[in-house]
Amino acid sequence: MANLTLIQAVNDGLKTAMRADPSVLVFGEDVGPKGGVFLATEGLTKEFGAGRCFDTPLSEDGIVGAAIGMAVNGLRPVCEIQFQDFIFPAFDQIVSEAAKLRYRSGGQYTAPMVIRTPYGGGIRGGLYHSQSGEAYFCHTPGLKVVIPSTPYDAKGLLLASIADPDPVLFLEPKALYRTVKGEVPEGQYTVDLSTLRTAREGKSVTVFCYGAMVPVCLKAADQAAEKGIECLVVDLRTLLPLDEEGVLEAAKQTGRVVVVHEAPRFCGFGGEISAIIAENAIEYMEAPIARVTGFDTPFPNTLEHHYMPDDRRVLDAIEHVWNY
Amino acid sequence: MTKTKSDASARAVPDRVEAAALLRHMLRVRVLDERMLKLQRAGRVGFVGTAKGLEAALIGSAYALRPKDWLWSGLREGGAAVMRGLPLSEYIAQMYCNSNDTAKGRQMCNHFQHKGSNYPSWSSVIGTQIPHGVGAAFAAKQRGLDEVHAIYFGDGATSSNGFHSGLNCAGVWQVPCYFVCVDNGWAISVCSRNQTAAESFADKAVAYGMPGREVDGNDVLACLEAAREAHELARRGQPSLLVLKTYRMLGHSSSDDPTKYRDEAEVLAWAAKDPLDRFEARLLADGILAQGERARIEAELTAEIDAEIHVQEAAPKMALKTLVEDVYADVPLHLRRQYNRFIAVAERLGHATPGDGAFPL
Ligand SMILES: Cc1ncc(C[n+]2csc(CCOP(=O)(O)OP(=O)(O)O)c2C)c(N)n1
Ligand SMILES: [Mg+2]
Repeated sequence: MANLTLIQAVNDGLKTAMRADPSVLVFGEDVGPKGGVFLATEGLTKEFGAGRCFDTPLSEDGIVGAAIGMAVNGLRPVCEIQFQDFIFPAFDQIVSEAAKLRYRSGGQYTAPMVIRTPYGGGIRGGLYHSQSGEAYFCHTPGLKVVIPSTPYDAKGLLLASIADPDPVLFLEPKALYRTVKGEVPEGQYTVDLSTLRTAREGKSVTVFCYGAMVPVCLKAADQAAEKGIECLVVDLRTLLPLDEEGVLEAAKQTGRVVVVHEAPRFCGFGGEISAIIAENAIEYMEAPIARVTGFDTPFPNTLEHHYMPDDRRVLDAIEHVWNY
Repeated sequence: MTKTKSDASARAVPDRVEAAALLRHMLRVRVLDERMLKLQRAGRVGFVGTAKGLEAALIGSAYALRPKDWLWSGLREGGAAVMRGLPLSEYIAQMYCNSNDTAKGRQMCNHFQHKGSNYPSWSSVIGTQIPHGVGAAFAAKQRGLDEVHAIYFGDGATSSNGFHSGLNCAGVWQVPCYFVCVDNGWAISVCSRNQTAAESFADKAVAYGMPGREVDGNDVLACLEAAREAHELARRGQPSLLVLKTYRMLGHSSSDDPTKYRDEAEVLAWAAKDPLDRFEARLLADGILAQGERARIEAELTAEIDAEIHVQEAAPKMALKTLVEDVYADVPLHLRRQYNRFIAVAERLGHATPGDGAFPL
């Protein structure tokens, strides 16, 4: 066991996969000698050579499109998009190609690949270095969408994603890269790609969240506890495929639900969670479901701390559903 | 269609007034960068992408534009914007992302705009401004306007979808624009020879059916001369590609450590070709500049910039309503509601000021 930050756990996961399987390769913009703008790929070129960890020209379309071809032809590409905000030049390749290849070929051709990318706000990056675009991708059958929030999960989910037979979009909460630390086992282990994680037990209110919102919700839950409200905090960690049974079980435990994400509200992932609960467990609900989200606006810069849900806004919603 | 190379720094003695203006504008770029880096280190601004080493390329080429022409920018053209009319106050307000910023503090640093001199800001997404400039040039042609659109981007951007689409459409449509690729050797940590297998980025022009020209980007007069030629071609409806070969002397930005991926010897070799030292030496030799004048101009510029920094330090708080404004022409009902719910909490917690109050529903 080593005590690692989330970014170190990603780095460790990449090294573990590359040591175990020579068909795994890592590429993207600035992932080589620089080691990535956040240092996720630090040391990989040195250990595995420029043939297995290399810089590409500045073309997201090229990166993802080529990854598909590599995957089709026997490699295990793990490509990086420098910021999730810059994934859109590759949207076509992800949505039209990677996600649909298995289906359109009747299972004859497949693209087992991972696209890693940092997402989310909190670094004063303005509207193009802060977005949370998970909902666009969760609306794409054929993809898997994974978001870790702890170092242990970052490595275990990454290794599971690399081993997975289907394309996985691996969204890394950049706000947590260096702000969370935790025990990470050495070597190979995986975390199942469709089970949620209970981050805190509680009987009063259920709070669903993922990524950088997990520590925010835990902080709010601590404050709620001081007021006698015990929150069950659920880290969804795999948005697609979603652990629906786990979601319903957690919702039923308290009958009071808050869903939190930094992405805009309208058509956001919170809408899906709310609908699943409304369809399957409405009779258990003691209060309307509350969502705490970013605004339905582009991501701001100077006012980002007001845009992003914080512990005060989450606590406000917890108290609201509790007192309903 | 040809691709030519030239290092044709005009040998004749440059025009006195023009040369003095060019030098001053170039010096302002450098001084501004130095001040901004200092502010960044002091934690006053968040991020700086400098133009150190690129002063001749930016100023020389943009000097060819008339006020009615447009400059479509990337990360490092802010100094050219100031030359063309962006007030220093707005430049510095943008770096502070404060309430005086014309973009209301929404973009990160180094994303300048100035409507008065036809300078839209870039988004951040590399290469997307290239087809925008082409479309705007199309509009100028359609509307019969005597306008030229100069479209700037870096070596890295030549790999983007926007580069291909933009140059291809411009070539087919024959619109009044030209493309300026500032090849500063690096796209963050990826060097130009890993960006393309072509000998020069100018080679790419051939494929789009337009002239391409590689120019010594550290020679301000060569850049100006080449841009004037491209401008003249554009006015006749012929797009072209200029590649200004220069060098990014510092890191990609204030958050980058270039020693991890590049050789100090390369940096030193380019330092010997510094565009400002070179131009200064030439003007001294031609008797256009007196000894010590550069230092005097630098001191003047520094004082001017520092006075403006002082003003921007005292900018009022950003109005919270800017959170929901400008998403659409009017603030729609659903956003007014979201804001009102938010402000009710903020008021309770004491984070709002009187002007931040609720919208009428
Ligand atoms: C589509 C896209 N991909 C990646 C990035 C991240 N990024 C920002 S600047 C940059 C390099 C740009 O290099 P170049 O075009 O040469 O311009 P320079 O910074 O050298 O002026 C990269 C990769 C981005 N902004 N947009
Ligand atoms: Mg460059």
